Amino acid sequence: MAALVGGKVRGSLENMDYEITKAFASDLMSDVLREDMDDTVLITGLCNIQTIRTADMAELRIAILSRGKVADDEMVEMAEDNGLTIIESPFTTFRISGLLYDAGLQPFY
Amino acid sequence: MHYTFKIEQGNFTDAGQASSSVKRTMKQLGVRPENIKRTVVALFEAEINAVAHAYGGQIDVDIDGEKIVMVVADKGPGIPNIDLAMQEGYSTASPQVREMGYGAGMGLPNIKKNTDDLKIDTTVGVGTTVTMTVYLNN
Ligand SMILES: Nc1ncnc2c1ncn2[C@@H]1O[C@H](COP(=O)(O)OP(=O)(O)OP(=O)(O)O)[C@@H](O)[C@H]1O
Ligand SMILES: [Mg+2]
Repeated sequence: MAALVGGKVRGSLENMDYEITKAFASDLMSDVLREDMDDTVLITGLCNIQTIRTADMAELRIAILSRGKVADDEMVEMAEDNGLTIIESPFTTFRISGLLYDAGLQPFY
Repeated sequence: MHYTFKIEQGNFTDAGQASSSVKRTMKQLGVRPENIKRTVVALFEAEINAVAHAYGGQIDVDIDGEKIVMVVADKGPGIPNIDLAMQEGYSTASPQVREMGYGAGMGLPNIKKNTDDLKIDTTVGVGTTVTMTVYLNN
């Protein structure tokens, strides 16, 4: 998945075999918490510690940061502790979404 | 068991720490994952609201084998119209709060959805107390 979105992997490396069937894109964290994020990858332009905390609450395993956003040390450390894999992609949220859609990931609705 | 946490106004570095801590405790106690998720999503939303919309406050959590009761009490502006605030998409979040990823107007609806009992006591100009209960053995 990281290669598909031209991304760099950070945080936890333990999700390489985690099977993803859906993707959800949002910069608003309560939108993320509204959905059941099992088997889902989050695509977001929000890059701060709250991205990681929300991922923890939502039991997310993989989050893609779009538009070249870089996770800071505190984010990476917390992601490691929480078992979250971060993929930093240089592409826009729209492009990442298109690539993942093409690859067969499903939307919620 | 009883736990207390302090909440600081506008501190988005620590916001969510209480919820993370409660999540760890519930895991250790062997609570079912779907009940942990419901509980911490509701608590997290209430915690964020106290940081984002109020002037800080306190969280009290009581957990026993049957249920978890969470009280998030803040000093703050209060909520003038609860029915409006409960509506999906209604938000008065400031630009700074939106920058942190909040302001979808989904927090209170998420709390409602994930709790078995929800009580909001609010007085304009004084503060808001959100009391949430989740039953753990259903
Ligand atoms: N503790 C509080 N003190 C004062 N006002 C509050 C409090 N909690 C909620 N509100 C008011 O209710 C509105 C709706 O809250 P809700 O949590 O549903 O959405 P939000 O916080 O604006 O955005 P989101 O939670 O989706 O990030 C808020 O915008 C705010 O006006
Ligand atoms: Mg909110």
